[in-house]
Amino acid sequence: MTHLALASDVRSGDAHPARNGGIPLDLSWVQDVRINLSAAERRVASLPGRRSVKKDAQAAWLLKAVTCMDLTTLNGDDTAERVKRLCAKARSPVRPDVLAALGMAERGVTTGAVCVYHRFVATAVDALAGSGVPVAAVSTGFPAGLAPHDVKLREIEASVRDGAAEIDIVITREHALTGNWTALYQEMRDFRAACGNAHVKAILATGDLKTLRNVVRASLVCMMAGADFIKTSTGKEGVNATRLVTLAMIRAIRDYHGRTGAIVGYKPAGGISTAKDILDYQILMKEELGRPWLEPTLFRIGASSLLADIERQLEHHVTGRYSAFNRHPMS
Amino acid sequence: MNVARYFDEMSYAPAPESDSEARAWLKRHAEGFHHVIGGALVPPTDGARFDTIAPATGEVLARIAQGDAATVAAAVAAARKAQAPWAKLGGHGRARHLYALARAVQRHARLLAVVEALDNGKPIRETRDIDVPLVARHFYHHAGWAQLQEREFPDHGPVGVIGQIIPWNFPLLMLAWKIAPALALGNTVVLKPAEFTSLTALLFAEIAADAGLPPGVLNIVTGDGATGSALVAHPDVDKIAFTGSTEVGRMIRAATAGSGKSLTLELGGKSPFIVFDDADLDGAVEGVVDAIWFNQGQVCCAGSRLLVQESVAPVFLDKLKRRMATLRVGHPLDKTIDLGAIVAPVQLERIQRLVAIGVAEGATLHQADVELPQTGCFYPPTLLSGVQPSATVACEEIFGPVVVSMTFRTPDEAVALANNSRYGLAASVWSETIGLALDIAPKLQVGVVWINATNLFDAAVGFGGCRESGFGREGGREGVLEYLKPKAWTGRKPRVVAAPPTARRVEQRFATPTLDRTAKLFIGGKQARPDGNHSRPVLSPKGVRLGEVGEGNRKDIRNAVAAARAADGWSRATAHNRAQILYYLAENLSARADEFAARIAAMTDAPPAKALAEVEAAVARLFSYGAWADKYEGTVHTPPLRGVALALNEPIGVVGVVCPDEAPLLAFISLVAPAIAMGNRVVVAPSERHPLAATDFYQVMETSDLPAGVVNIVTGASADLAKTLAEHDDVDALWVFNSAEVSALAERLSVGNLKRTLVDNGLLTDWHDPAAAEGRIFLPHAVQVKNVWIPYGE
Repeated sequence: MTHLALASDVRSGDAHPARNGGIPLDLSWVQDVRINLSAAERRVASLPGRRSVKKDAQAAWLLKAVTCMDLTTLNGDDTAERVKRLCAKARSPVRPDVLAALGMAERGVTTGAVCVYHRFVATAVDALAGSGVPVAAVSTGFPAGLAPHDVKLREIEASVRDGAAEIDIVITREHALTGNWTALYQEMRDFRAACGNAHVKAILATGDLKTLRNVVRASLVCMMAGADFIKTSTGKEGVNATRLVTLAMIRAIRDYHGRTGAIVGYKPAGGISTAKDILDYQILMKEELGRPWLEPTLFRIGASSLLADIERQLEHHVTGRYSAFNRHPMS
Repeated sequence: MNVARYFDEMSYAPAPESDSEARAWLKRHAEGFHHVIGGALVPPTDGARFDTIAPATGEVLARIAQGDAATVAAAVAAARKAQAPWAKLGGHGRARHLYALARAVQRHARLLAVVEALDNGKPIRETRDIDVPLVARHFYHHAGWAQLQEREFPDHGPVGVIGQIIPWNFPLLMLAWKIAPALALGNTVVLKPAEFTSLTALLFAEIAADAGLPPGVLNIVTGDGATGSALVAHPDVDKIAFTGSTEVGRMIRAATAGSGKSLTLELGGKSPFIVFDDADLDGAVEGVVDAIWFNQGQVCCAGSRLLVQESVAPVFLDKLKRRMATLRVGHPLDKTIDLGAIVAPVQLERIQRLVAIGVAEGATLHQADVELPQTGCFYPPTLLSGVQPSATVACEEIFGPVVVSMTFRTPDEAVALANNSRYGLAASVWSETIGLALDIAPKLQVGVVWINATNLFDAAVGFGGCRESGFGREGGREGVLEYLKPKAWTGRKPRVVAAPPTARRVEQRFATPTLDRTAKLFIGGKQARPDGNHSRPVLSPKGVRLGEVGEGNRKDIRNAVAAARAADGWSRATAHNRAQILYYLAENLSARADEFAARIAAMTDAPPAKALAEVEAAVARLFSYGAWADKYEGTVHTPPLRGVALALNEPIGVVGVVCPDEAPLLAFISLVAPAIAMGNRVVVAPSERHPLAATDFYQVMETSDLPAGVVNIVTGASADLAKTLAEHDDVDALWVFNSAEVSALAERLSVGNLKRTLVDNGLLTDWHDPAAAEGRIFLPHAVQVKNVWIPYGE
């Protein structure tokens, strides 16, 4: 614990930093976790007052957020047509005239990914062909994660075969809640192996884990087992992404990077629905992890309604008039 | 810059807060500001004004009136005139006024925040999110104390006219801390803001007048140190409340000595920030940011001495340096910065000089690689590591964004290093182990402890220090008491002293004499001969020699203080244990009541019944303090956070006590018992003229299991003993119930370590009246309140 590489060592603009290969399970590290709730709350409460992003910078940051978005539909009534509409929006998330007015027409702004259930992976891959937008599949018995272990592995393999470039797995919360870190590590290891070249995001379901201590421990174990991203929530828990839980998880990413040199991304999901919200998250990422963690390679946002609010803000930036939802194509 | 470049760089753009309202207000006063006296704007004598400067740019913001003695006299007269009607308005009437002030502050929150940031140079985030909300909170809270005053403090009345001098680091917040309790409890105020930062006080005075505050209740006299001196010197001021440097605090203590003015001082600090190996290190790093880079480190309670457990020190300092790299320094009105400007070039030079000394003395310098504005008064966040306790920068208050760090091995060593300071204001303790954190908090010689937090403030929680950080508390019930005086002490008359008797020679006869009994000093539980080996006769009022006592000198006081210092086990003893011993003292005194009564009668010529009544009163008093020992408890404050603040009544330490001549036993007991009941150890100079009741009493102590060194008795000349006690830097408090001259001497000489003093100014206390001589009237003086903030949650 003597050398801490600085997060800024990670070169910004690296399209694909080397994947986190994981390390052997280090239980003493897991047990040593200490996080003070009040201190963490004070940090997240005071930060929005310390940083502010306005005007051109705000438009730029919101566009960056769009590129980090995993545009998501995870509902029981999803259909192929619904998914195709979502994919069309992912290809062109911001109205071209707005992009042009912002001087960003040539930048090929798309969302970071589209995120669907396994059933619609192939549909989405087809719909996104040529766009460069990857398809992410939620997997492993999402959202509860209580399917048999071998079924989970089969599900991952099937999604990868259908063309998913990213797999969002859910952990077995029981392992974390009972302190069975070995089981969690092994499970995550198996998921990672089943993913092959697809990147794996580990959903901790932080709303179920309740305490920041549990969240940090689960974060560390998943990173040790080779997660490419750690992700807060399925969107189906009572409490989804919060900036408080974000602080805990990204500090874990920082510590893991400091001790192992490996780089892990972060994905908050659920509950982020306004432009103001996402700016606060971005500020937190920049301050706690550094510039590289503002790019889609290391930062994804699981959201469905956020994009519409960002679009309105961007149009307001261009016209100076407050915008309305009906002025922007729905997803 | 354009959208595309921001998209690539993802940098922050300047986000300036608008200052147009503030500029408009300044423009309205372009001809120069006035004093505010008796509700009127009073121009300075001969038009004397000085510039107030925006430290971030060097721009002249306004011209401020220079107050002189005549201005101060006019302001004091206005305050005096307003005091009686203001007090007579009653608690509810004053509560309405304070409530209106709180609301008015909230209505003008943004203007106050912007003017403060411009004038002081601190970030708008701090004035907007911290200072101004705390100001409003202070008025709300004290509106409540006004409302409750008659029921909660029926035995107290207002002090009168209060002179208040506040510093430049929290101009508006310190104004609120000073005037809210003063006004709430029926006092009127003459306030002098700091020379560098007068603007928000003047703006507040306008807001207060608009809110209907009656004329003369709050008077603002602006000016420099000379103005402050005139206020301190004014004879019709009843109390001075000062926040500022220890150096000026000393001058004020000396200047007010013997004047009868009460005094509270909130002075400097070098507060420890202790990080144990089981702390949330990232949380603690953020704590350091709030401890030393809040308000550019220009905070009296700044956590400026970082003590890190050796095992985690390298990791912690690495984390801290990483965090330092993300700090931003810039214009105070920019909403994207952490640190603004240093208040004035003179302060900047002081910081630069001290850092250079620190480096010369061996510290390793690390400064954040942050961009500083090209012009204006700025200094980068700075860490001096590897600092030894002997280094200048480890002892001196830098009052800038500079933290010094050192390491410790064990909890004991952390406490020793933390307490190794002339100051005693605040401390921050970081550990995730509740047993460790709560064990450390009581051992720190400070007025405020934050556990896993730092720089938290609230109107309900007392703030203030000990040692050279001053005395008195602001906030909470403990702060309210500073602006009240006990009714039982208000009518006291000057003590009448009879001329000393002349020794009368008694014709000796051939008879078996009474067995010679030599009264000695009582030091460290042992009867001790005086160092000088001189004795002084004890005469009856008629001049009959009753015996001799030791002529105590400087060295005897030195020995007694050393014994008292060593008896620190008493301060840690349980309250139950102390109570038992006080009862036991009473029991053993009662058993010898006749003997003590005879002694009192012989020394004072009191009739036997009256002498016996004094002994019985002394027995009862010991019982009372036995009762109080485990009942004068602290408070659990409930500030607005998930957690508590424990206001602990802690012993002060070593208390010097100089007794009067009247009621030689009862006064002695009335002064010693509350002190030891609360866990202090005392060095007592008993009645100079009638000391034998006290020297007899050491035999009672010897038979009552009182541990050695808890009570030490040095007989002799009161003034000489008081002088040595006052000058002794290891005496924490000094009580003088004696002549006006000795009271003045004690206050004047207390400046060395700024010990707390309680003096009667030569006014006679009725020791037989429990209202004037027992219980809650004395107990606040026997303790210092330490507020331990404990935020919690998992």
